[in-house]
Amino acid sequence: MVTFVVMTLVLLVAPTFIYPVFLMKALCFALFACAFNLLIGYVGLLSFGHALFFGWASYVTAHLAKIGTVSLPFWFGSWKWLVIPLPPLSPELAILGGALVATLLGLVTGILAIRRQGIYFAMITLALAQMMFFFALQAPFTHGEDGIQAVPRGMLFGMFDLSDTTTMYFTVLVIFLGSFLLIYRIIHSPFGEVLKAIRENENRAISLGYKTERYKLVAFVLSATLAGVAGGTKAIVFQLASLTDVHWTMSGEVVLMTLVGGLGTVFGPVVGAFVIIAMQNYLAGFGQWVTVIQGVIFVACVLLFRRGVIGEIAHILRIRL
Amino acid sequence: MEIFGIPSQALFGQLLIGLINGSFYALLSLGLAVIFGMLNIINFAHGAQYMLGAFAAFLLLQLTGLGYWPALIVAPIIVGLSGILIERTMLHWLYKLDHLYGLLLTFGLALILEGVFRNYYGSSGLPYQVPPSLQGGHNLGFMFLPNYRAWVIALSVVVCFGTWFMIEKTRLGAYLRAATENPTLVRAFGINVPRMITLTYGFGVGLAALAGVMAAPIYNVSPQMGADLIIVVFAVVVIGGMGSIMGAIVTGFALGVIEGLTKVFFPEASNTVIFVIMAIVLLIRPAGLFGRST
Repeated sequence: MVTFVVMTLVLLVAPTFIYPVFLMKALCFALFACAFNLLIGYVGLLSFGHALFFGWASYVTAHLAKIGTVSLPFWFGSWKWLVIPLPPLSPELAILGGALVATLLGLVTGILAIRRQGIYFAMITLALAQMMFFFALQAPFTHGEDGIQAVPRGMLFGMFDLSDTTTMYFTVLVIFLGSFLLIYRIIHSPFGEVLKAIRENENRAISLGYKTERYKLVAFVLSATLAGVAGGTKAIVFQLASLTDVHWTMSGEVVLMTLVGGLGTVFGPVVGAFVIIAMQNYLAGFGQWVTVIQGVIFVACVLLFRRGVIGEIAHILRIRL
Repeated sequence: MEIFGIPSQALFGQLLIGLINGSFYALLSLGLAVIFGMLNIINFAHGAQYMLGAFAAFLLLQLTGLGYWPALIVAPIIVGLSGILIERTMLHWLYKLDHLYGLLLTFGLALILEGVFRNYYGSSGLPYQVPPSLQGGHNLGFMFLPNYRAWVIALSVVVCFGTWFMIEKTRLGAYLRAATENPTLVRAFGINVPRMITLTYGFGVGLAALAGVMAAPIYNVSPQMGADLIIVVFAVVVIGGMGSIMGAIVTGFALGVIEGLTKVFFPEASNTVIFVIMAIVLLIRPAGLFGRST
């Protein structure tokens, strides 16, 4: 709890020292990584397709905030469009819409993926995410290679003007801290204890009478929803939703952030996200070499440094972080 | 001549492309299955090593003047040796850990390899000529069959079944299968299992590189050529199940053909059809078509 207060204080004063746009980007990715860590760290499921939820939520949020009108194709003898005329939505509703779509996608992906375990789970999530990448490439509303540009930040609850960077920053901070506390609650609830039991020994959890598939599915959907919140927030902050966010490289990045920070630690993904985003910012001049450096970090983490930054600190201090 | 309202030329043309893609799916998923059987690691770098094979052929031609035929032998050996080096220095340390670490490590390797080649050779494809002896083609009456493509399909079938034969029917294969089942016991019989594991990884990687050399004249040589392919191959592996070598081969070819046919009848879905099939298979037979239930 002390650590949480320290983190909150640091993040409250940070924009006076550090470029707020960088901080907002890092916070969005920190939330994304925390959502991902809920699965890998506490249920032991490696999803290699989390960009699916992040990216699609950012598309939906951007579309709702910019255009609003939703057209859904359906089959009734022939393909027809169900058009729901909506005005451009305010940012909180747009993010909510994005998160809702991420939840639905998480439900469908989860039902399919939890049918296999371990390494297959990773391959299935990756394959399904790739499938949805191609949908994003072809669907008309995403504008293909251009993405959805010039998304208005709008007025939060009709009161706060988000085009002001400080207001935007504190909105992002509230979303991040709220979601972080929610994840913390989930992990330390009886439900979270069952998740950890599944991670340690799934067969034993089954023999104790737990329907592990349901627990895994709920955890997967929760993780997808929170990844969706992160993606939607990012779309509002950067006023952009693009193919980068749904590509598998994004799924790889969130794995890297969590790995660097420490799998299965509460604060690890946050630190990992800040480290990786800072690295991308400062090394942007190296162009393509950033990918190579990320690869090297992956290899180094797996071979030498499996606990991650926070995991190592926690290990040395013998506390849980 | 028309079949189902589709000109037969187009139909057979796509069927051929499907068989070509299927050849690569089969070769790559075969390599993944062989590696997974022995090392219990999913080799995410497989796509990058396929790309390395193509680049090895390209560079052999540029630097030493070695053409396609020598490259078909030399490139897989070079890349296979690099695989052996990776196994000895890195993968070797991960066998006692969760399988996921192997996936993460090889993912990192794939990023490094693809990043380095993109730096030096850019993103656009580099041309690699079809060897003179295989240029041209035959008119079969219902379609035109380029010689090189026929060769790729034939070679792929031969290599796949050769591998199957070696693993299922020879003494060496029996050792391999035994070591997959129970490495400790096989070691007790005086067989050097760690060396077998190393060689298996080198062999699997070599297969990927061979596929890369075969692909070079068809798809051009580019740093990303393996990145998207490997994800499709993962789906193929999930559909087939990694339990059986024959399963990997059959599924690879079959899915290539299905994908080719989808291009004719429903082109919008040609990128996604394999993933859709994967979803359906997961619902009906979660262990995969040829897999043992886990």
